[in-house]
Amino acid sequence: MNPAWNPRILWQRFVAPIDIPLLVIAAILLLIALAMVGSASPERINNQLINIGFALVVMRIVAQVPPQRLMNLALPIFIVGVLLLVGVALFGDISKGARRWLNLGFVRVQPSEIMKIAMPLMLAWYFEKREARLRLSDYLAAAILLLIPTALIARQPDLGTAILVFAAGFYVIFLAGLPWKIIVGTAIAAAGAMPLAWGMLHDYQRARILTLLDPQTDPLGKGFHIIQSTIAIGSGGILGKGWGQGTQVQLEFIPERHTDFIFSVLSEEFGLLGNIVLLVIYALLIGRGMMIAAQAPTLFSRLLAGSITLVFFTYAFVNMGMVSGILPVVGVPLPFVSYGGTALVTLFIGIGVLMSIHRNRMLVQK
Amino acid sequence: MEFKDPQEGLERFWKRLTVAGSFVLLCFGLLFARIFWLQVIQNNYYTTRAEENRISLVPILPNRGLILDRNGVILARNYSAYTLEIMPARISGNLDAAIDELATVIDIQPKDRKRFRKLLEESKNFESLPIRTRLSDEEVAKFIAQRYRFPGVDIKARLFRQYPFGDFASHLLGYIGRVTDRDLERIAIEDQDANYRGTNHFGKTGLEQHYEFELHGISGFEQVEVDAGGHAVRTLKHTAPIAGDNLILTVDAKLQEIAEQAFGDRRGALVAINPATGGILALVSMPNYDPNLFVDGIGTSDWDAYNSSPDKPMVNRALNGTYPPGSTFKPYMALAALTYGKRRPEQAIADPGYFTFGDYTFRDDKKGGHGMVNMYTSIVQSCDTYYYMLANDLGIDVIANFMRQFGFGQKTGIDLGVDGTSESEGVLPSPEWKKKRFRKPEHQKWYSGETISIGIGQGYNAYTPIQLAQAVAGLANNGVIHRPHLVQAIVDARTGEQKTLEIAPPRAIVLKREHVDIIKHAMIGVNKEGTGARAFAGAGYEAAGKTGTAQVFSLKGGQYKENTVKEELRDHALYIAFAPADKPLIALAVLVENGGFGAQTAAPIARQVLDYYLLGKAANAPAPADKNPGEEAR
Repeated sequence: MNPAWNPRILWQRFVAPIDIPLLVIAAILLLIALAMVGSASPERINNQLINIGFALVVMRIVAQVPPQRLMNLALPIFIVGVLLLVGVALFGDISKGARRWLNLGFVRVQPSEIMKIAMPLMLAWYFEKREARLRLSDYLAAAILLLIPTALIARQPDLGTAILVFAAGFYVIFLAGLPWKIIVGTAIAAAGAMPLAWGMLHDYQRARILTLLDPQTDPLGKGFHIIQSTIAIGSGGILGKGWGQGTQVQLEFIPERHTDFIFSVLSEEFGLLGNIVLLVIYALLIGRGMMIAAQAPTLFSRLLAGSITLVFFTYAFVNMGMVSGILPVVGVPLPFVSYGGTALVTLFIGIGVLMSIHRNRMLVQK
Repeated sequence: MEFKDPQEGLERFWKRLTVAGSFVLLCFGLLFARIFWLQVIQNNYYTTRAEENRISLVPILPNRGLILDRNGVILARNYSAYTLEIMPARISGNLDAAIDELATVIDIQPKDRKRFRKLLEESKNFESLPIRTRLSDEEVAKFIAQRYRFPGVDIKARLFRQYPFGDFASHLLGYIGRVTDRDLERIAIEDQDANYRGTNHFGKTGLEQHYEFELHGISGFEQVEVDAGGHAVRTLKHTAPIAGDNLILTVDAKLQEIAEQAFGDRRGALVAINPATGGILALVSMPNYDPNLFVDGIGTSDWDAYNSSPDKPMVNRALNGTYPPGSTFKPYMALAALTYGKRRPEQAIADPGYFTFGDYTFRDDKKGGHGMVNMYTSIVQSCDTYYYMLANDLGIDVIANFMRQFGFGQKTGIDLGVDGTSESEGVLPSPEWKKKRFRKPEHQKWYSGETISIGIGQGYNAYTPIQLAQAVAGLANNGVIHRPHLVQAIVDARTGEQKTLEIAPPRAIVLKREHVDIIKHAMIGVNKEGTGARAFAGAGYEAAGKTGTAQVFSLKGGQYKENTVKEELRDHALYIAFAPADKPLIALAVLVENGGFGAQTAAPIARQVLDYYLLGKAANAPAPADKNPGEEAR
């Protein structure tokens, strides 16, 4: 019998690239996601199931791709990504006041989403190439590679994605060993430049930044979201109001409750307990990712795994921070939980990459 | 190719990873602290905020109490109608543009817009304000079909106050209008804020104002769960409102109608009282106005018409008009003379047609005088000279003290209106009054010459028609004065149970019965053989009366000189009466502004009223017609 047709062998081949701890963690997050979407927007549950199915398929395919292949793809993907971003800036479709989508005739793409993967891929590839003779100028080059796409995305404007793309690239540079002197020096310089930059802004720009920092000044506009989500979280208490019982959510006081503000649904209906569970699961996800990074055989895979893991953290922290009112509201979804296909696929590509790196941890060294 | 130590690179990476891991833990710790703060420490605060978000208390307005006459004729009622209302706070963008848009569906006139603007300026908070009232069923259907286009605009069923007879008895009924800041003050003083949370209307004058808190009832509440859009999702708790109490008046609507019709186009006032109780049988001030116009906020043109009319229909002449009583004062003067022993009834004077006091000559109406005049003839023929002399003999202090007992120059305290301005005091002249009234010392002194014309009801004398009616009722009742009042009973609208009504105890004036009888006998004589004889010819009952003619003059500044009265202003006609004379059932005072002689214009009005009341004769007066048929409560 041809072993290719043996179901057991087929199954083994199918599951071989999959990292069980990562899959279990992701599965728990997906269950939470279904419970939350089911409460906040039950009519979207079928769509989300389709999204999840599609994302898992993509994850499995990516997990199959060895890191060496990924490295080869890094430069082309990055170049295509930047070109598409330039294309968006020139010919992009405007929707909801932002220019994010590019119509390629047969398909509409959101190049900033590609950049979330392309950026760490590119920088990890760059540091791998320069590993033996790394100089300070390489950090400068990396910074330029980082800032060009970030600026293009921030201009769309899409602050949330710009932050994530910047974070993804910055983590690579940081993990590659960016000297502390430069990090601290840049931070001080940036802080010093702030008043100068502030002086150069128009009044309306200042007003916008102030609202971003303190939504309470605009209680019926931007502040409404954050005030209502704070009430939802606070009124949830320790045990929550029960699934489907959150008045803030069910009576539609929370805008975007199935997407960016889904954390307030969990907080209101499952309380502090639900939040602790979520935080622990994210911690486990990040811990597993770091473990994979630590065990990775090459600089490229180390940096890539570390960056992807820390981007998961960034998603989670920025989202929960903004919904609970300690960070300004920027459009960042709660990873694996918020409704929406695009973000989910990007996240599971990240999971797939981690799985691939983990599976190939022994191979290259030999 | 130079090789770095791979182990060194790996260790450096692990260090960096450890730093990153610590950063992650730090951030999650921060996040946990924030969430703990919100969910555990601040939980109570946010739970309250969430409940406030969720639960809205919607007041349910009680039905306003009805006003009925003594026979159950409804004088004020409510009917339900649809209004188109805008919540200005919910309109995004330009309000005018929204109204323009609305006008494409529902007919909105410029006057509707004007009224809406006015309401908007006066509105307390972000309440819902009517742009159109009394929508037809067709209009309601039309709007409902288009409602999705107009967020913040809705149709509401509201109860409207209606005065079915229109411009009838308006000065006693009063009217209601939109709540203003002044009304809110009164609500706050009465500690009724919660009860009035959803109330839009408030009694402005008359009974509606005086009995506002009885008529209003107790608001019900509905606890509803609302979504972020403010739409009610479901009702959590319902507390039914308790309808306001009905007022049963002492007034006889038919009598009121006959009295009003008797005035015709003339201006004036009539107050008819049951002397035995003080209950008002009719309270007329002509012309009337239509209280219905005020309910939704009166339009500018209607308001201007009322305000600029020389007839001053908004003035309640019965309570706020002050007039010299003229010769209707004489019976009380005669009674004072008897009481103080200054005249015996048969004691006669020779009347030359004038009375001289110092440099002044006071003239009698009748040239050449009345000849020999005793007390009886002085009243029957209304002889001035007799009273010039009597006033001089009594002196101003005695007159003032005696008249004060009959309520002259004091508010009666009738249950109309609330503030100090709803009833005037009038002027009971006395040296003390003059001292208070004038500031300059040379004006403050009382001159004995001023007493003379007081005796015939002229001079500074100025009383309201209700004071005249109260006094004649007191006289009819042999000196026992009941406070005039309009409400006989306050009745629970549901149970029909009567609530206790505080009625002031009557005051008794110390008078000798034979003195009162002498005066009454003379007043009967007035209608038999005197100035009222023509008006009361052939009456089927015995009525006691007294005519009066009051010269029109200004009290301002006190520079009264008898011969400088403006000629183009005709005298006011007055008449006081009670009947049947031996056992009075009704006492009244009639005033016709610029009506000339009291005998000519005022006495016939009194005759019609007495005829109806005592004989059931309606002198060709049809029953008051319901001016708003078909608008009965839905």
